[in-house]
Amino acid sequence: MLSTSAAPAAVVERVHARRRRILRRAIVLTLAVGIALVILVVASLAVGSRALAPSDVFSALFSDRRDAVGVIVHDLRVPRTLTALLTGTCLGVAGVMMQAVTRNPLADPGLLGVNAGAAVGVVVAIAFFGVRTASGYVWFAFAGAAAAALLVNAAARPDRRGNTIALVLAGVALSACLSAVVRIITLADDDTFESFRFWAVGSFERRDPDVAAQLLPFAIVGIVLAVVVARGVDQLRLGADLARSLGVSPTWTILGAGVAITLLCATATSAAGPLAFIGLIVAHIVRGIVGGALRASLPLAALTGAALTLASDVIGRVIAIPSEVEAGIVAAFVGAPLLLWLVVRRAS
Amino acid sequence: MSITLSIARRARSQRRRRSALVIAALIALALSAAIVGTTTGSFHASLGDVASALTGGADGRTTVVVMGLRVPRILAALAIGAALGLAGAVFQTLARNPLASPDVIGFTAGSATGALVSLIVIAPTASPAAGAWMGGLLTVVVVMAIARSVGISRERTILAGIALTALLAAVNDYLLTRAPIDIARNADQWLHGSLAATAFDDVGLLLGALGILSFALVIVYRDFRALELGDDTARGLGVRTGRVRLTLVIIAALLTGTATAVAGPIGFIALAAPQLARRTMGTSGIPLFGSALTGATVLLIADVIAQRALAPLQIPVGLLTAVVGGLYLFWIVARTRR
Repeated sequence: MLSTSAAPAAVVERVHARRRRILRRAIVLTLAVGIALVILVVASLAVGSRALAPSDVFSALFSDRRDAVGVIVHDLRVPRTLTALLTGTCLGVAGVMMQAVTRNPLADPGLLGVNAGAAVGVVVAIAFFGVRTASGYVWFAFAGAAAAALLVNAAARPDRRGNTIALVLAGVALSACLSAVVRIITLADDDTFESFRFWAVGSFERRDPDVAAQLLPFAIVGIVLAVVVARGVDQLRLGADLARSLGVSPTWTILGAGVAITLLCATATSAAGPLAFIGLIVAHIVRGIVGGALRASLPLAALTGAALTLASDVIGRVIAIPSEVEAGIVAAFVGAPLLLWLVVRRAS
Repeated sequence: MSITLSIARRARSQRRRRSALVIAALIALALSAAIVGTTTGSFHASLGDVASALTGGADGRTTVVVMGLRVPRILAALAIGAALGLAGAVFQTLARNPLASPDVIGFTAGSATGALVSLIVIAPTASPAAGAWMGGLLTVVVVMAIARSVGISRERTILAGIALTALLAAVNDYLLTRAPIDIARNADQWLHGSLAATAFDDVGLLLGALGILSFALVIVYRDFRALELGDDTARGLGVRTGRVRLTLVIIAALLTGTATAVAGPIGFIALAAPQLARRTMGTSGIPLFGSALTGATVLLIADVIAQRALAPLQIPVGLLTAVVGGLYLFWIVARTRR
C-alpha cells in the first residue's frame, strides 16, 4: 500500500529530473547554435567571390565608407546575410510546425509542395501583374502556398494506420507540377526573370538589397502566430476531446497553425525561392534535442533554421569558386540523404 | 462447362476487339500529330511539300526544314516515348505498383547524372549515351538494394526513390554550375527534357537501341507474363525468377538510359503510359505493346503542343509532361486514399 503513494512521487520526481535535463541540454545547445550563428554571420560577410579579412569587414560595417570593401559589405553581403537569416528562421519554424500539425516526420515546406505553390504565386505576380516588390508579391505567394497546402492536405488525409507516405507523395507530385509551371513562366518572360534564374532553385544571390526589410513584418506576424498557437497544437496531440476540455479550440488552433505555416513559407519563398529540406533537417535536429513539444522547440528551430540556411549559402559560395552553388542545392545535398535515411530506417 | 468456356471466349474476343480499336485510335492520333508537326511551325509546308520532301523531290529549303528538323524530331519523340512506355510497363509489372516507374524512383535522374558526368567531366564531345546507361544501371542497383531491405512493392521504396531523385537532381544542378558555359547552356535545356536538338544521328541510336531491347523483351516475354502470376506460380512453371527479373530490370534501365541520353530526363511518360494503356484496352495486366504505343503517341502530341502552345517560345517538352504528369500522380495518390 505504501508503494501506491510512493510511486507517483518517484514518477513525478523522475519526470521533473528529465524535464530539467532536457531544459539544460536545450539551453546549452541553443547557446551553441547561437555562437555558430554569429561565426556564420561573420563568415557570410567575409566569404565570397572577393574574400575579405574579418577586420576589414568590421571596420567597413561600422563606418559608411564607400570604397570597394564598403560597397561589397553594405550593398551585397549584409542584405544577402539578412535575407538568409530571415528565410532560415521562417523555414525552421515552419518545418517544426508542419511536423507537429501533420504528425508526420517527413513533412517539410518543400517536400509537401507548399513552397512550390508560393513560387507559382510569386512568378504569376511578377509576370502577369507587374508586381516588382517583395512586399507586393508575398501576398500572391501566400495565396499560392495556401492553395497548395489545402490541396495536399485534402488529397492525403492521414488514415487510421497513421500512414505518413501518401502526404509526401501527393506533395512531391504537386511540387513537380508547380515547379514546371514556374519554369515555363520564367522561360516565357526571360527579361523579367533574368535575376530570377537562380531564384528558382533557392538562392540568395542577386536579390534586391531591401528584400529582408520588406519581408520582415510578414515573418514577424507568422512567428508570433506560431508562438500563440504552439501550446494549442501541443495539447491537440492528446486528442481533440482532451484538448477541448483544456480550453483549446481544435478548429481555431489548426486554422491558426495553417495560416502561420503558410505565411512563413510564403515569406521564405518570396525571399529565396522554393527551398526544400531546411525545414526537414531543422525539425529532426530540434526533436533530437528538446523532444516533440512544439512550444519548447520554436526558439531552437528558429535559430537552427537560420544557421543552416546561412551555412548552406556560405558553403555554396566557397565550394565552386569562382562560380557559386545555390543554397537550395547545398541544402538538398544534406536533406535528401536525411530523407532517404529516415525512410529506410523507419522501414526496418 | 462449355457455357463458361464460351463466355470466356467471347470476353476474350471482345477484349481483342477493344485492344485493336485502341491501337487503331492511337495510330490515327500519332499520324495526325505527325502531320501537324511536319506541316506547321515558323515555316509552313503543305502536305504535298512534305510528301515530296520525303521522296526527295522538294526544293532545298523545304527539304532542310522537313527532313533535317521536323522528321527526325518526330521520329525521336515516337522512339523515346515508346522506350519510356516500355520501361514503365516493365518496372510497374515487376513491382506490381503503378508508382514504381523509372521517372518516379530515380532511374531517369540517375541516367541524367551519368550523361552529365560524361558530358562535363569525361568527354564533352562524345555521345552521352554510355554515361546515361551507366548512371541508370547504377541507380537501379542502389534502388534494388534499398528495395531488398524495405520490400519492393512497398510505398517506402517509392519514397526512397523520390529521396534519391531529389539527391540526384541536386547533383545534376551542381554539375551544371561546374560546366563550361557553352555546354551549360545546352545542358540547361536538356535537363528539363527537350527534343529541340535531336538530329538523324540520335534517331539512329534510338531506333537501334529500341530494336535490340524490344527483341530482348520478346525473348523473355513468356517468362515476364509468368512473373505476373506471382513468383511462386512462375517458379512452378519452370521460370528462373531471379534471373528473369534481373534481365528485365536491365532491359528497362537501358531503355530509360537511351531515352534520357538523347532528350534529357522526360518525366511522367513512363508513369502514365502503361496505366493509360491498361485502362483504355481493358486488360488485366499491363500490355507491353500498348504501353509503348501509348508512350510514343503521348510524347509526340506533347512535343507538338510544347513547340506551338506559346510560339515562338519553345517549351522543353519535359516541362509540359511534368505539369500534366505531376497532376496525374497527385490524382493517383488522392484517389487511392478514398
